[in-house]
Amino acid sequence: MRKNLNVIAAYSIMMGLIILVGTFQSWNIALSIFNLCLISAVMTMGANIQWGYAGLINFGIMGFTALGGLAAVLISVNPVQEAWSAGGINILLSLFLIIGIVLAVRFVLKRYQKSKIRNYIIAVIIISGIIIIRFVSEPGIEAIEEVNPAKSGFLGGLGLPIIFSWIVGAFFAGGLAFVIGKVALGLRADYLAIATLLISEIVIAIIKHEDWLTRGVKNVVGLKRPAPYEVNLQQTEWFINLVEKFNSSKLNLITDLSERQVALNQLVIDGSSVFVKLCYSGLFLVVVIILLILTQKALYSPWGRMMRAIRDNEEAANAMGKNVVKQHLLIFVLGSAIVGVAGAMLVTQDGLFTPGSYRPLRYTFLIWVMVIVGGSGNNFGAILGGFVVWFLWIESAPIGLYLVNLTTAGLEDTHFLKVHLIESVPYFRFLMMGIGLLLIMRYRPKGILPEKIEIK
Amino acid sequence: MDFLNALILLLNYIFVPALAYGSQLAIGAIFVTLIYGILRFANFATGDMMSFGTMIAILFTWHFQSIGLTLGFLPTALLAIPFAILIMGSYMLIIDKFVFKYYRLNKSPPVQLAMVSIGVMFVTQAVVRIIIGPSDRRFFDGEKFLIKASEFKDITGLNEGLAIKSTQVITIVVTIILVSILFWFLNKTKTGKSMRAYSDNEDLALLSGIDPKKIVIITWMIAAILATIGGVLYGLDKSFKPFTYFNNMLPIFAAAIVGGIGNPFGAFLGGYVIAFSEILLTYAYKKFFMYVLPESMEPDGLIQLLSTDYKFAVSFSILVIVLLYRPSGIFKGKIL
Amino acid sequence: MPFFEGKNMTGGYGKGPDIINSCTVNVERGEIVSILGPNGAGKSTAMKAMLGLLNLKSGSVIIDGKDISKLSPQDRVKEGISFVPQTKNVFAGMTVEENLEMGAFLVNDYYKNVIDEIYNLFPILSEKRKQFVGELSGGQRQQVALGRALMIKPSVLMLDEPTAGVSPIVMDELFDHIIKVKKTNVAILMVEQNAKQALNISDRGYVLVTGENRYSGTGKELLNDPRVRSSFLGG
Repeated sequence: MRKNLNVIAAYSIMMGLIILVGTFQSWNIALSIFNLCLISAVMTMGANIQWGYAGLINFGIMGFTALGGLAAVLISVNPVQEAWSAGGINILLSLFLIIGIVLAVRFVLKRYQKSKIRNYIIAVIIISGIIIIRFVSEPGIEAIEEVNPAKSGFLGGLGLPIIFSWIVGAFFAGGLAFVIGKVALGLRADYLAIATLLISEIVIAIIKHEDWLTRGVKNVVGLKRPAPYEVNLQQTEWFINLVEKFNSSKLNLITDLSERQVALNQLVIDGSSVFVKLCYSGLFLVVVIILLILTQKALYSPWGRMMRAIRDNEEAANAMGKNVVKQHLLIFVLGSAIVGVAGAMLVTQDGLFTPGSYRPLRYTFLIWVMVIVGGSGNNFGAILGGFVVWFLWIESAPIGLYLVNLTTAGLEDTHFLKVHLIESVPYFRFLMMGIGLLLIMRYRPKGILPEKIEIK
Repeated sequence: MDFLNALILLLNYIFVPALAYGSQLAIGAIFVTLIYGILRFANFATGDMMSFGTMIAILFTWHFQSIGLTLGFLPTALLAIPFAILIMGSYMLIIDKFVFKYYRLNKSPPVQLAMVSIGVMFVTQAVVRIIIGPSDRRFFDGEKFLIKASEFKDITGLNEGLAIKSTQVITIVVTIILVSILFWFLNKTKTGKSMRAYSDNEDLALLSGIDPKKIVIITWMIAAILATIGGVLYGLDKSFKPFTYFNNMLPIFAAAIVGGIGNPFGAFLGGYVIAFSEILLTYAYKKFFMYVLPESMEPDGLIQLLSTDYKFAVSFSILVIVLLYRPSGIFKGKIL
Repeated sequence: MPFFEGKNMTGGYGKGPDIINSCTVNVERGEIVSILGPNGAGKSTAMKAMLGLLNLKSGSVIIDGKDISKLSPQDRVKEGISFVPQTKNVFAGMTVEENLEMGAFLVNDYYKNVIDEIYNLFPILSEKRKQFVGELSGGQRQQVALGRALMIKPSVLMLDEPTAGVSPIVMDELFDHIIKVKKTNVAILMVEQNAKQALNISDRGYVLVTGENRYSGTGKELLNDPRVRSSFLGG
């Protein structure tokens, strides 16, 4: 029980902080922090099972997040019929060609011995394949992008409820992870880090520039929601009644009827956005809890024991007949799939897909700070890391501003140093993250909630 | 005549820019490879360290400009470089003392040091943005072109112009000087050889009486020289923006690994491999073919293998291929 | 009083258990002394203790009458003690000549003639002076390792299993080289697995068992001692 006290205390403090934001800033801000904390927690769980369970460094989190986001678009947006009829055939043909190339390469790999000639053949297949695909796809892509470019200019999606994309996003990310894992998992730890970082940049480059598929930097906005729209809520009878009931004491103080109506309207508007955010919180919380249960169960299962054995002594595990390569691949795929879920959740919450916003600092390195700070190898720690770091990331600007005002209190408001520092308050978050990470790595290298494995 | 035009076209749009860009990458890649070879970790703060050095150089440049000190047709920034190197070196030694040293003495695994370098990356990024801000800055002054395209056309009477920016020439010349001195130092001096020995076999180096503290300090000083000069050259040629510098870390890593990490000469060549393949694969050859082919065979499309949007992706794909087939790099890594 | 001696040495790695117990080893100039014994007997540990790579709980290390027990390995190198580790004993990415130069790192004066002496001792190295050591054969690498260690003109040379992993022909050649080094009035202390061959060229030998001296004597005595023969020399 004593051991769990840490966990309970840490989470209570975290919740307390969010409630403080709710009461002093606004519930709207508190809930949006909370929701992103939950999404971050999902990402850290994904990174944590790779790093904490298996010691694999995945610096490609950004790429898997973006693929999850892409899934949200491809699932929820209605198909653009015109675009399909304009260039759909070319795209489908190209897709078959890609499959053909992959099969041809596989055939060559299986059929012939390793040799220079085989490498040349493969190179010829791939290069000629790419050239043919370009010729086939180019007219299609041009036609698709010409269809109503201001609004669509892409193929659209399947028009299904966006919530399905959470699962599809997992498959997208898992699929990419399978390919990367096949290729790169044999590399040394720091090479793997660099390779995954660069591969994730390739993924982003494709998403950014293949407009026919993703609309690229033109962004996809107005995605469907799993939660009600604020505007609709504000006109729904039961919701207005609910808000009235909730705030009856406050409203009863106002005697003037028209004033009371104005106040109620304002409350309904505020309440509607809080309500929507609460809906998301509920959905996200369900995902986090399901994942937590699954990962905890996995951690304490024989499989989890084997993974830790592999992590702690790869050679010994190998010698005992454990297929290290296969297990590493499995865990790489699973972890990345979880990150894919988070990516889809993120786009679902935002209601828009902006490929330009995927940057390694925010979506790879920040997540790693979360994992290290929280406690690698411990799921509760990883989730806590997501909460703490995201909270600080958002709240460091106000904290920074406060600190600047405090330290420069002696200076006049127009003093150039004070003005300069106040302008640079947004960058204090980098400073905080960096110093936080360095301090944790130095003085608490296992994180706030270290890995604890009881031997039963 | 057409053949000459085609040649000038390639020189102007491929060879000269790739040579300059490659030099900038090469310097960064040698920086990465030195840190990797001697201090034994992948330094994820590479781009930001370069941006720190460049920022200091810019601040000095502004100061010199404000007191009316310039280098005539050369950019004032060249004058600022030595001062920037000193401050950059002190910054690196301070970071080493407070951050990296602890892990080095504890013989922490390279992965842990790489994670720590991410902390340094965040801090350095914050420092740069707090001091100079995140915006795009140009600090080039002096003569912009060595040869202008129009002048070239007038002189030679060709249709195609060859424009050579002075920053490109400066980049290439400085790189040649810097890299020659560095290789001379590593291969011919006792200290340089002891650095290679330390990188090759740390235990035996200690047994031979080589002082690790001295090696570490010299490594950081060389790193400061490389980071500052590399950063300033890039900034002069293009512009200075902290975010771009952070991103430049990626092709620089690619160059270092392609060249064989830990091998400075490999890193040097790796820079050019990356730069040339990026530009060769994303250049639209339409005009080139218009010159060399008869009119009847002129192409319709742009004849571009990949759109310029995929410039970075090219270098990363090369890296992935190299990692697959020759993880030790084209020029065999781990020999300093 | 012997030239170089580790007296009653007791100690182990870090906070672990003691590996050597009151172990005594000594060697004179111009003498080859082998340390033999079964696996885990503490042979290499005894040698590393004399080099200063582990902290002794008790006992002392003396060279030429001077107590060096408290000196760091680097400072012991300055006292003229050179060591050739069992593995990774060359700078594989550097040339033969550069390896030798690194061996002379602590010698500030002119060392070119020392290099020439080494080339006289190991003529093959002279031929390959510009080659990378990583490209040489196993036997040639061992010669580079010996040469590097001799660059400081040591009074004591310690070798940790110099013949591990080389073919029998190369082994004989290496032992010939070691005898040549001995003739330059160097005290040579080596740990060996190939006990018979080692004793053949040794002036004296020690047999360690579980970190303690079990038998000692001249090479011939040990070779002929039936107890040593039956337990360590395979009959």
